[in-house]
Amino acid sequence: MALKRQVRVGNQWMYARDAWRTLEEARRVALEEERHERQHDLPFWRKYIFSTDHKVIGIQYGFTALCFLLLGFCLMILMRLQLGWPGHAFSVMKLIGEGRAPGGVLLPEAYNQLGAMHGTIMIFLGIVPLAVGAFGNYLVPLQIGAPDMAFPKLNMASYWCYFMGGVVMFSSFFYSGGTANSGWTSYPPLSDIATHGQTFWLCGMVFLITSSLLGSVNFIVTIIQLRAKGMTFMRFPFFVHAQLVTSFLLLLAFPPLEAAAVLQLMDRLAHTSFFLPTGLVVSGQVLGNAGGGNPLLWQHLFWFLAHPEVYVLILPAMGIVAEIIANNTRKPLWGYRSMVGAVVFLGFMSFVVWAHHMFLTGMGTVISAFFQTTTMIISIPSVIVLSALFISLWGGSIRFNTPMLFALAFLPMFGIGGLTGLPLGLATADLHLHDTYYVIGHFHYVVAPGTIFAMFAGVYYWFPKITGRRLNEFWGKVHFWISLVCINGIFFPMFMQGLAGVSRRLYDGGEQYAHAKLIAHQTNPFMSICAIGLLAAQVPFLINFFYNAIASLVGRRQEIANQNPWHATTLEWAATTSPPLGHGNFVEIPVVYRGPYEYSVPGAANDWIPQHHETEPAPPPGGGMLPEVAVAQREM
Amino acid sequence: MTSHADAVADHGHHEIEIPFNVTPRPDTGVYNAKLGVWLFLASEVMLFGALFSSLILLRTGAPTLPNGLSSWPVGKDTLHVLPATVNTFVLILSSVTVVLAWANLRLGDLKMGRIFIAITLLCGFIFMGIKAYEYSLSFEHHHYPSTHNFFAIYFTMTGLHGLHVLGGMIVFAYFLTFGSKMWKTEPARFTNRIEVVGLYWHFVDLVWIFLFPTLYLL
Repeated sequence: MALKRQVRVGNQWMYARDAWRTLEEARRVALEEERHERQHDLPFWRKYIFSTDHKVIGIQYGFTALCFLLLGFCLMILMRLQLGWPGHAFSVMKLIGEGRAPGGVLLPEAYNQLGAMHGTIMIFLGIVPLAVGAFGNYLVPLQIGAPDMAFPKLNMASYWCYFMGGVVMFSSFFYSGGTANSGWTSYPPLSDIATHGQTFWLCGMVFLITSSLLGSVNFIVTIIQLRAKGMTFMRFPFFVHAQLVTSFLLLLAFPPLEAAAVLQLMDRLAHTSFFLPTGLVVSGQVLGNAGGGNPLLWQHLFWFLAHPEVYVLILPAMGIVAEIIANNTRKPLWGYRSMVGAVVFLGFMSFVVWAHHMFLTGMGTVISAFFQTTTMIISIPSVIVLSALFISLWGGSIRFNTPMLFALAFLPMFGIGGLTGLPLGLATADLHLHDTYYVIGHFHYVVAPGTIFAMFAGVYYWFPKITGRRLNEFWGKVHFWISLVCINGIFFPMFMQGLAGVSRRLYDGGEQYAHAKLIAHQTNPFMSICAIGLLAAQVPFLINFFYNAIASLVGRRQEIANQNPWHATTLEWAATTSPPLGHGNFVEIPVVYRGPYEYSVPGAANDWIPQHHETEPAPPPGGGMLPEVAVAQREM
Repeated sequence: MTSHADAVADHGHHEIEIPFNVTPRPDTGVYNAKLGVWLFLASEVMLFGALFSSLILLRTGAPTLPNGLSSWPVGKDTLHVLPATVNTFVLILSSVTVVLAWANLRLGDLKMGRIFIAITLLCGFIFMGIKAYEYSLSFEHHHYPSTHNFFAIYFTMTGLHGLHVLGGMIVFAYFLTFGSKMWKTEPARFTNRIEVVGLYWHFVDLVWIFLFPTLYLL
């Protein structure tokens, strides 16, 4: 037994294992100090603002995206006030300007602007940057054992393109003509003849597409090229697979939208007619354009992006939930290989389902039948992933901490969102449900209590990694339970409204329609109250988040005794707690010896074996002793 | 995996080194930038693919005239085929010279390499000059993007392609001037950079090879 061997370190005898650990720790501290000193070479703006370090960029992405999420949420609170109590004056409405809400009563045009910007901000400026830009950037290089992203400068450019896109989008709020108001889908011909806010929207999108192009190339190259030794594809944490597939979707699905944006810009600025049919009449006047264009062309190009985009929203969330479930059930994911196969298949299939958003455009029954079939097929891999996650819970000794609660809530919420999508994928049922609140309920269940809950789970789970402090559990649970109740109170009645035929576009919530009036009157005020409750539930989160983040910034990191507070196996926990911002992740690039989820291995001393441990307990990498130390031996 | 070991060894002393920045990773056989540019080109295929699809959809959707023919204008009657043909050969020539530039750098000959980069850049200028002449001919005939969707898609696609040519020219100009300093310190990395921009340049050439018959001849 190696335990019997003793070595001399300096003038002290100790067991070999302890000696190795002591020396390793000493070396780590020394290297880290050296690295800290080196960091002081970089000026503040290089280190924290125009940084090329993936961790700083990840934090920048995360903070910006959370701000945009809150902004998008506030826009929807204004819409919910209007829907709940149509025509009432609210002093809070005056925040968006007298021109949009004279006397605190929201104008229909302003409602359209809020709707378009809510969708755009939540999807393109909130969730995608949070899921891919923030979590992906911070975690993927750490989880595969890479020193940084493959192209650090492109990574920085990606963030700043995103930031510019956000600025362009946001600035249209201050433009007198108002923001884009043709919905986040920007359907022509309406968007072609809309106010200049739409041009802001298109320019903003070009920045955002550039950002995601730079990001996705970077992610794919990093994952394929910079894997640590021994990190084979089937040893990736599931999160890395999810990010890899997501990156391919962003890489290949976004360019057609860029092409569409260019065509729409040409329509608006060079007066071409790509999306304008011949003889279009606007406000009683024939539009003097050349004509011959096709509004459906936009829809095809747009949904060719926007359906894969749905999977861009959900795949990283699945990845985060998988990590947290494996960690908190203390057992390996059930069916890891089939989950990986499922997400890859999901990625391929997501490119051939787009026209299920267009059943009502009259594109023909043959095409509808094709897209209906592919849509039914694509539900299979989603069900495989969700089932595998459910079965992973079976027999685990579950720790119900805050991240796990959010991750557990993701499963039924995403389940409801996914299953309610099936009737929408069937052309016949979609005839009735299209453009009703049912659709809104469906995709919000996927994205809000689905993806956003997974994002919250990720924030609570990796907060100690980033800051060295844990978020408060009690306030975390308060945040969780109120959010869960309120979010269902908002979205579940939407299914009932939609089945009753309430249109999603009505700014008064169906006041003028006899069939909509009853159900809308009964449910809308309740839903709006729930929305306000949901806003209130974020207050403890914000306080919890900022209190701990600031405490960490001023150097109070003592709350976590060890580097691996959740006793996790994946490589990000092999780096030091809150790895120093600046350059470099690992004191030594780890070597990977095992799969990602070696929890509760029978016979092992601990119930987790990190991926970079060759045996339990850990020997020095490569099995060698540290050469610079004089080592003597004696037998006991 | 020697680069890995190097990166680890250097770790304490220099700025962080990204592994496989210059040398290929043994199990994938490529260095980072080469994989990156191939992925970027895949994305570009989707961009131009979407525009070609739009062209097909608009053209097939154009109304039929009473004589049974499509009302969609025929490129060879309305566009200027001769300057476009010359441009095709200019771009093909530039694709050859960019390979020669890379090959000479691989052989360690910076002087010849720079000459061929300069010729490639010159080809870019000639292409853009002829393109501008062609646009001016169209404008003389009162063919503007707003005239008809055929001209709209013609100006959009050739314009976007022209922007890609311009992007390549900026990169070549950089490598001909400030960028070539890297040769003194890291010749292998500089050679890789020419290879990567060469791949991009071939792609831009290839897009034109598709654009030319689709817009001008069919």
